[in-house]
Amino acid sequence: MTESTGGIEVEEETAGRVKKFMFVNRKAPYGTIYALEGLEVVLISAAFDQDVSLAFVDDGVYELVKGQATKGIDVKNFSPTYRALEGYDIEKLYVDAESLKARGLTEENLIVPVEVLSNEEMADLMAGQDVVISF
Amino acid sequence: MLHIVNKSPYQTRNLESCLRLAKAGSAILLIEDGVYAATRDNIAAAGIKAAIGSVSVYALSPDVEARGVNNLLLDGVKLVDYGGFVDLVAEHANTQSWL
Repeated sequence: MTESTGGIEVEEETAGRVKKFMFVNRKAPYGTIYALEGLEVVLISAAFDQDVSLAFVDDGVYELVKGQATKGIDVKNFSPTYRALEGYDIEKLYVDAESLKARGLTEENLIVPVEVLSNEEMADLMAGQDVVISF
Repeated sequence: MLHIVNKSPYQTRNLESCLRLAKAGSAILLIEDGVYAATRDNIAAAGIKAAIGSVSVYALSPDVEARGVNNLLLDGVKLVDYGGFVDLVAEHANTQSWL
């Protein structure tokens, strides 16, 4: 059986399988819109009951830094949202160890509990996804 | 897995991160300004040369030609056209774009 979805035919079996989605965040939070838009997409993805994980690599680790205070730049501080992800059953947050170290950061500096991964662990995790979406 | 890099190695460190997190057996496709990384004696050449062997490195020929760097390519970098780009995407289970 197929169902019509705006001209695209989706087989029910395919549509029903839970896929592994990884959102790779590689940009600092306020210099560009990528980080905020990425977070919006992550929240949307929560509605689809998929296996969602977030990776923070390069300047993406700055998204998770504790103590962001954006009043002076008149932009919404969206960092508390990372703490709310748990409520949407998004609990897999992975941070690249080398990116943290290169920026003088440790897990202590981050706003949420994360799993810190080596190059090899991150590479394995990324390669094992059905879909990788980059911001 | 297919990794796609579209920025010059002089502008960003995207290629370095890609090379760091690309597993052996994966493929890297250089497109747009990313193709400058496939030229001899460029800032990223050592990293690309070290990767060739465990990783397949491709460059998109229309982007290479547009930039006039055909004769400067590193040995071992394979050229693909747009059809080859599509084939690479289709052949690999997933893709990461290092935007």
